[in-house]
Amino acid sequence: MNSAHDLGGQMGFGPVVPEPNEPVFHGDWEKRVLAINVAAGAMGAWSIDEIRHARESLPPAQYLSSTYYEIWLAALDKVLVKHGFLSTDELATGKPAPERREPKRVLKGEEVAGVLRRGFPYERDAKVAARFAVGDKVRTVVMHPQHHTRLPRYARGKTGVIERIVGCHVFPDTGARGQPETAQWLYTVVFDGRELWGRDADPTSTVSIEAWESYLEPA
Amino acid sequence: MSGHHHHDHDHHHDNHFTAIEARVKALETLMVQKGYVDPAALDAIIDTYETKIGPRDGARIVARAWTDPAFAERLKADGTAAVAELGYGGRGGEHIVACFNTPEQHNLIVCTLCSCYPWPVLGLPPVWYKSPPYRAKAVIDPRGTIADFGVTLPENQRIRVWDSTAETRFIVIPMRPAGTEGWSEEKLAGIVTRDSMIGTGLPRVEDAA
Repeated sequence: MNSAHDLGGQMGFGPVVPEPNEPVFHGDWEKRVLAINVAAGAMGAWSIDEIRHARESLPPAQYLSSTYYEIWLAALDKVLVKHGFLSTDELATGKPAPERREPKRVLKGEEVAGVLRRGFPYERDAKVAARFAVGDKVRTVVMHPQHHTRLPRYARGKTGVIERIVGCHVFPDTGARGQPETAQWLYTVVFDGRELWGRDADPTSTVSIEAWESYLEPA
Repeated sequence: MSGHHHHDHDHHHDNHFTAIEARVKALETLMVQKGYVDPAALDAIIDTYETKIGPRDGARIVARAWTDPAFAERLKADGTAAVAELGYGGRGGEHIVACFNTPEQHNLIVCTLCSCYPWPVLGLPPVWYKSPPYRAKAVIDPRGTIADFGVTLPENQRIRVWDSTAETRFIVIPMRPAGTEGWSEEKLAGIVTRDSMIGTGLPRVEDAA
């Protein structure tokens, strides 16, 4: 969806201001949000793309005025309610109701190191051959879906070159809607800066995106 | 998103949680009471990202690539397998690509759509990496973005920006600075900063311990 999260090329935010000697967390609550987010995700009820969609579908003004951990917290509340783990009433009062949804799994303390080390690989066995080869010229599709996509607006309808075939990876656009997991070939596609940004672009710059096959057409 | 220091709704009072602290505390209590999360798991997750994983891990990878040409070749060919040789990989970095800087091309990493960052090799991202100024500017004005960090690249060095739109995670392998001949791997790792592995910085000889 064309929401506030799709920031590439937007203007008016001012310069990047790094914080000297930045700590890992700015307060204990940020640690707790990170941990609850990782542990709740390990219940296996939603995909990474579903919770990304929950974050990016926050109202734009809220999204842009929140810190990233505030965004995570707001999205976590949404998916926990959507999947029946908590009610809005429980979140408002902080008091647990007797109703409970049984999670598929609960991450135990002693499992954390192993689960984080293994991660959740996104490559799948390919059922079809890759449509494009390294060096092929491709054009990204123009689309403005109401739902989740990982094709940023600045890179829609643009011509680039396939630099690498990444593999056959889980397709986010449908997975974010809770549909059964599917996978597509994923490519690294490189665009000339002028193709993306026009005559004022830095002529020495190129930008690549990782693009699933259905984002691409031959050019 | 605002910086971390602009919480106009977060006012500290003595012996009192701020609004967001109270909200997080309530959520954690509910999640634990309903048996959805194990408190020991929460502590283990925090400990991992606060004390165990961080930019020093990426620095070790870079220093190895600088001193072991065969490792550098493996890192170029298959980043995931090469960093696993050193014990790294997993959540938030299941698929790793190493982007080698050359005199002709400098690499810069961003996630314009959210906050994708190579957790297993660099730890959690800094606030600026997740915030609108960087995510907006890096793709349209990479040279100006790097200049915001006080770094000026040669005009004839091309800049390649890698937008992390899938689950591939990128780590920049900066060029080894002149004047570091004969240094140990450990001493070399000491000058590899987090920013130099994102592409917003460069390693400097004068930063050596």
